[in-house]
Amino acid sequence: MQDRQFGFATRAIHAGTPPDPVTGSRVMPLYQTAAYVFGSTEQAAELFQLRSYGHIYSRISNPTVAAFEERMASLEGGLGAVAFSSGLAAQLGVVLSLAQNGDHLLCSQNIYGGTVTQFTVLLKRLGIETTFVPVEDHNAIRAAIKPNTKLLFAETIGNPGGTIADLEALAGIAHQAGVPFVVDNTFASPYLCRPIEHGADVVVHSATKFISGHGSVIGGVLVESGRFPWEGGRFPLLSEPSPGYHNKVFTETFGEYAFLMRARAEILRDVGAQMAPMDAWLLLLGLETLPIRMEAHVRNARAIAEFLSKRPEVEWVSYPGLASHSQAALAKKYLPRGAGSIFTFGIRGGRDAGRRFIDALELWSHLANVGDMKSLVIHPASTTHSQLDDEDMRKAGVAPESIRLSVGLEDLDDLTWDLDNALKTACHPEESGCHPEESKDPEAPKGRRRVETTK
Amino acid sequence: MILATVSERQELLARSKTIAMVGASANPLRPSYTVFSYLRTQGRFEVTPINPTISAIDGVKAYPSLAAYAAEHGAPDIVDVFRKPSELVELTREAIGAGAKAIWFQYGVVNQEAIELADRAGLDVVVDRCVKVESARFNGGLATSGLNSGLITSRRRS
Repeated sequence: MQDRQFGFATRAIHAGTPPDPVTGSRVMPLYQTAAYVFGSTEQAAELFQLRSYGHIYSRISNPTVAAFEERMASLEGGLGAVAFSSGLAAQLGVVLSLAQNGDHLLCSQNIYGGTVTQFTVLLKRLGIETTFVPVEDHNAIRAAIKPNTKLLFAETIGNPGGTIADLEALAGIAHQAGVPFVVDNTFASPYLCRPIEHGADVVVHSATKFISGHGSVIGGVLVESGRFPWEGGRFPLLSEPSPGYHNKVFTETFGEYAFLMRARAEILRDVGAQMAPMDAWLLLLGLETLPIRMEAHVRNARAIAEFLSKRPEVEWVSYPGLASHSQAALAKKYLPRGAGSIFTFGIRGGRDAGRRFIDALELWSHLANVGDMKSLVIHPASTTHSQLDDEDMRKAGVAPESIRLSVGLEDLDDLTWDLDNALKTACHPEESGCHPEESKDPEAPKGRRRVETTK
Repeated sequence: MILATVSERQELLARSKTIAMVGASANPLRPSYTVFSYLRTQGRFEVTPINPTISAIDGVKAYPSLAAYAAEHGAPDIVDVFRKPSELVELTREAIGAGAKAIWFQYGVVNQEAIELADRAGLDVVVDRCVKVESARFNGGLATSGLNSGLITSRRRS
């Protein structure tokens, strides 16, 4: 047994998956089983009382899922992890581990719409209130923390706008008030940023994205640092006897493992949103190539951002990896290997040009996902936000001309060829043979090129 | 010496057989009972409760003091401590007197004077760790719960 600190790529391939002790299988076996035979009634009792380690029922734990969890914990630099059926389930798991009726959450407003809905509709119905604050407004965040605030939530790279959270500053604000800092690290992946190294206490992922890498799995995971002091009264769900588990006091029984044990033994057990073993097996396979995929993703993304910046049909490009971006310094600090491969740009001609652009693409896939090997595109104004007029859409933080790209790993020449065709079709329809009915801004096609750092 | 690394803790557990658990409780809700029960049912160690207020836990005879234990069993390999930090200096003296080879202070059981006392007396010292968790790190137990064992190996565990 060595004390060597192995590198990221080694851990992406090995962590959580030593050779199978029974068969010697070098690949983690797929344990496709619902339940596990007890060795004796005494051993069964020990397991049910959480006094022994082992598997009871795959809603609570499964060997293949556990291997994925351990690898994620290793890659994020955490104490442990709990996998869930989706990213939304994982973040619900974090909330339910810490908060109950009458509690309050503080959340960045530069965040995935599905998270906003989960917090403002589902959690509100359960009696948990959320305040949303711009992630760059640290004074407002500080002022919004209440005595019953149980967590501060932000995304490393905000979806879809790309706003980068100043992780160390936010962790400092949260900790000063005795509140844990929870970070959704989906858009960065642990290869580009490890929030726990910057003070975060819990990290959540939609594993569907870069963790899988292949767009074949829906999954989520939470990773916890084991550093946050849960004792002291603000977190009675962890520090007072739990009627859900034989009146155990999790902090007393499990020490630094208190949060992780409660998230699994009570929340995962009772919510039932566990990860399927087959999905965990695919995610383990995906993680093995995470380092080389992310290198290629950011290389292509930077090239595409630069390509778009030079196009007359493009009004603005919001990629923090560009030196001209207003958050370039934060990107350099927290994302030194690259600012991810998901970003937005504005097409000249607004909502209609956006629609024509999407329809003209051949290689880029028009769908609602990100972080795939395949290059993906979506036009919020004609899809997710199509029910809103331009003014309401802007209020919701989406510009009518905004197009979100998730840059994949195809040949760069093929990606730019496709973008070039679609931009010409969208913005010069008379040249491409496309004659839209809508009246157009006569200045648009040959108008002054404007590349803004933020929108 | 103070054992700060993973491998030092693994080696301590590998070379130890007897554990005298000071402050072990017979109450199943107490963390000390959880650790006692885990170690006993694993079968790797001979675990003995040291607690003057009880006579036995799950049929395992309890001793009122480390001295009483040592008189019958000889020096324990590890004294595992679940007591208040204020009691640790006196307890460490008792452990040294009983010839303990190592003293293990559980989560939150921290007293700097006691740590230095044990270290100077030549005992191996583990601080603010759980013997159950460390044991599970090396026998695959942690890995079943998605916890980061920190172990990377391509060797097959026997």
